[in-house]
Amino acid sequence: MATLELSMQEEVPAPARGRRKLGVLFWIASAWLAVILSLAILAPLLPLQNPVDMDMLERRAAFSGEHWLGTDGLGRDELARLIFGARVSLTVGLIAPLIGLGIGGALGLLAGYFRGRFETLMVGSMDVLLAFPPLIFALAVTAYLGQSIPNLTMILGVLGIPAFMRVSRAATLSLARREFVIAAEALGASHARILLRELLPNVILPLLAFFLLGVAVTIVVEGALSFLGLGVPPPVASWGSMIGEGRDSLDVAPRLAFLPAAGLFLTVLAFNLVGDTMRALTDPRQGAL
Amino acid sequence: MLILVVRRLLGMLPVLLAVSLLTFLIASLLPGDLAFVILGDQATPENVAALRHDMGLDQPLWWRYLSWLGHVMQGDLGRSFRTGQTVLQAVGERFPVSLQLMLMAEFIGLLIGVPIAIACAARAGGAFDRFMTGSAFAMLSMPSFLVAILLIYLFAVELRWLPATGYVPFTEEPLANLRFFVLPALTLALAEWPGIMRVLRSDMIATLQEDYIALAKAKGLKPSRILFVHALKPSSLTLVTVTGINIGRLLGGTLIVESIFALPGIGRLLVGAIYTRDLIILQGVVLLVACGFVIVNFIVDMLYAVLDPRIRHGHA
Amino acid sequence: MSAPLLSIEDVTVELPTPRGNLRAVDHVDLSLAPGRTLGIVGESGCGKTMLSRAVLQLLPKKAKLSGRVMFGGQDLARLAPESLRRLRARELAVVFQDPMTSLNPVLTIGTQLMETIQEHLELDAPAARKRSIELLAAVGIPAPEHRLAQYPHQCSGGMRQRIAIAIALSCEPKLLIADEPTTALDVTIQAQILDLLAREQRRRHMAMIIITHDLGVVAGRADEVAVMYAGRVVERAPTQALFKRMHMPYTEALLAAIPKLETAPHTPLPAISGRPPDPTRPLRGCSFAPRCRYAAARCREAKPELKAAETSGHLYACFHPIQMAEGIGA
Repeated sequence: MATLELSMQEEVPAPARGRRKLGVLFWIASAWLAVILSLAILAPLLPLQNPVDMDMLERRAAFSGEHWLGTDGLGRDELARLIFGARVSLTVGLIAPLIGLGIGGALGLLAGYFRGRFETLMVGSMDVLLAFPPLIFALAVTAYLGQSIPNLTMILGVLGIPAFMRVSRAATLSLARREFVIAAEALGASHARILLRELLPNVILPLLAFFLLGVAVTIVVEGALSFLGLGVPPPVASWGSMIGEGRDSLDVAPRLAFLPAAGLFLTVLAFNLVGDTMRALTDPRQGAL
Repeated sequence: MLILVVRRLLGMLPVLLAVSLLTFLIASLLPGDLAFVILGDQATPENVAALRHDMGLDQPLWWRYLSWLGHVMQGDLGRSFRTGQTVLQAVGERFPVSLQLMLMAEFIGLLIGVPIAIACAARAGGAFDRFMTGSAFAMLSMPSFLVAILLIYLFAVELRWLPATGYVPFTEEPLANLRFFVLPALTLALAEWPGIMRVLRSDMIATLQEDYIALAKAKGLKPSRILFVHALKPSSLTLVTVTGINIGRLLGGTLIVESIFALPGIGRLLVGAIYTRDLIILQGVVLLVACGFVIVNFIVDMLYAVLDPRIRHGHA
Repeated sequence: MSAPLLSIEDVTVELPTPRGNLRAVDHVDLSLAPGRTLGIVGESGCGKTMLSRAVLQLLPKKAKLSGRVMFGGQDLARLAPESLRRLRARELAVVFQDPMTSLNPVLTIGTQLMETIQEHLELDAPAARKRSIELLAAVGIPAPEHRLAQYPHQCSGGMRQRIAIAIALSCEPKLLIADEPTTALDVTIQAQILDLLAREQRRRHMAMIIITHDLGVVAGRADEVAVMYAGRVVERAPTQALFKRMHMPYTEALLAAIPKLETAPHTPLPAISGRPPDPTRPLRGCSFAPRCRYAAARCREAKPELKAAETSGHLYACFHPIQMAEGIGA
């Protein structure tokens, strides 16, 4: 009955989106990220004022030639603090997901490939970790470890492990039954070889796309912790802590909260946009169409 | 159905046990000795040793865990060494505030998200749909503390319509209580609706392609009945999941929002415990919140079964 | 001959796809008198379901319909949505192919029956309930009161299709479109469902369109048969005349594709070789030419028009019609 099979599929399937163009928004977002990243990296070389130098006579100064974006409640240069704040937010935001990517990605790959008891154990442990609302977990651990940028990075990194593990395991599971893996197994390739040469290159793409989304989330959580004064230790500036400090002067100088808020929002949005586009491009389910 | 409940309940036990172990380990293994914290500046080696002995801190780790777990099982989560309140008292006092906040936030979030999702799905790909999908995406990049700052600036500082901070119990002054809750609940709701809207929208679009929707149209039913009964009801399953997942995010969210708006809820209790290094309260609250989260997920699972007759009758 | 209840006049349906416009239905003319049965037969993708969707006004949003669908003196394609809605179920009803997907899984059978009745017949709930029970009994469902509170997944496939038929009959329509009503069912149940449809049709004096890929289904049941290929009607005749003498090689191939009970199990079916043409790239000549064993040069150059055969009411579109009657195979 091959040709006479009938189904409702006579209704033409919704037009599959052709090779989706990346779009203007994607390029604007990428450009914004490039600018912010280079500013953050080059911050010490730029002709900026010291972000922690206080000037009690120039508190909450307006925009001027000396202080382009004015000064904050302690007379510190706002522009310098914004750029050095970006440095902190991006350092934590990029390194923490790398921890999650490394550990979670590897565990997911192993769990998806070897299956069995190891997989059960891994999935179970991740369930336990996921039982803690992330922000509360981060807060509790920071409280014990003490506030510092390395501690913060490490905690946020650990928190990302379950999510990365899920993505990596799902991708591995869908790949492990494909012909090229079975062919490699049939040819007597070792487990290590299959994992590193066959599976990893295919799993890494969705993981990298997810990494960008992870950066966005991490920047938000770091911002929240620092906003509460429980993230980076003062007087270090991060966007979150600047917003927290700016909250007290919303009535007299709202810009002190809104400038870092705009920076944070636009950067998170940009990471989400780029990450979402990448994910759509690397999604194995769509690639199968 | 009963078998399903029992099986899921049994499956929850190891997770709860592991959660308690992890909570205990965080508190015990990490640097920062409780005795030092309590004694503060007056800590001398002799004082510390004496206190450690009193608190059982010189016992082996596994013994301390078991005895702690034993106490927890009997409902004794310890007592704050600062206020003298037990963990259960402190949590019991603060919980209604957080609950009210979460319920109001979820309610407002659904109130915004569901109609937008339905309107978008009804005309998928149209101008309204594209605008709202874009807005939801942007809103997802907007952390709740940013929203809070914006709302405070707009409604408390500029317009002076609503108070920025404060709290009175609902039982004393209901109206004033609600006024204090509007901005915090709205803050959380504005972070919630994009998730609600995105999930429900894509689910409704898929449902509207189903044969039974075509049949409902062929039966000449009113468009509103097709949308709200035939399409929304099957799609509401996903809504329950999102709402369940949201509870976890809301718990984190209340932490920030309660701090910003000075609402005396669980989140503020936790942040306060961190500021004052009240480790017993911290440990107890984290344990209760994590267990609460696990239990909420269980309830969501059960709601699933109630909503979907296929699962209820064991056909799934 | 009485005035037709339904007349499809020069209907074309086009669907935009990424690869260009897909012409699913190509200038089709058909008509159906009250109380009569029309069979529309063709392979998957020949446009028969799209044509039925055009009549039902359930085409996908992006589809473009041209031509007229005259039903009881009104053009359905130009009717206001509200007038069209009032016409549904009372005048025009449908039974879909797959009863597993055409009933709403989260609403009870009673709800799905009664909502239709209450929407169109101005009955109160107890009256609608009573009517629902009668309908379920009429379509052969045992213990109908009991069924009303059940959900579709609690019924077997055949049972569900009976319920779908009860819904379709609930407001006494003048025309019932049955779109592959038995394809998704067990072979043993297919005949029962078809007989049920025929019985209820006679009892209620409905007109009916049966859409199928199986010439055997329409053989004893339709008054007239239209064979579709690549969006066009390629042969149309009173059923008796068609089976007595078919002109289109394609119709002949369809007939050969009917599985026969007497053939030994597991013998390969003589399915038609090749695939229907890509509907986004129309051929210049006859659409069936690439698969036709009688095709000649002319068939690949020009499209044959639908023209009358010697027997009255018989139309076909072929340059090289089959010369000898092949007899009734089913």
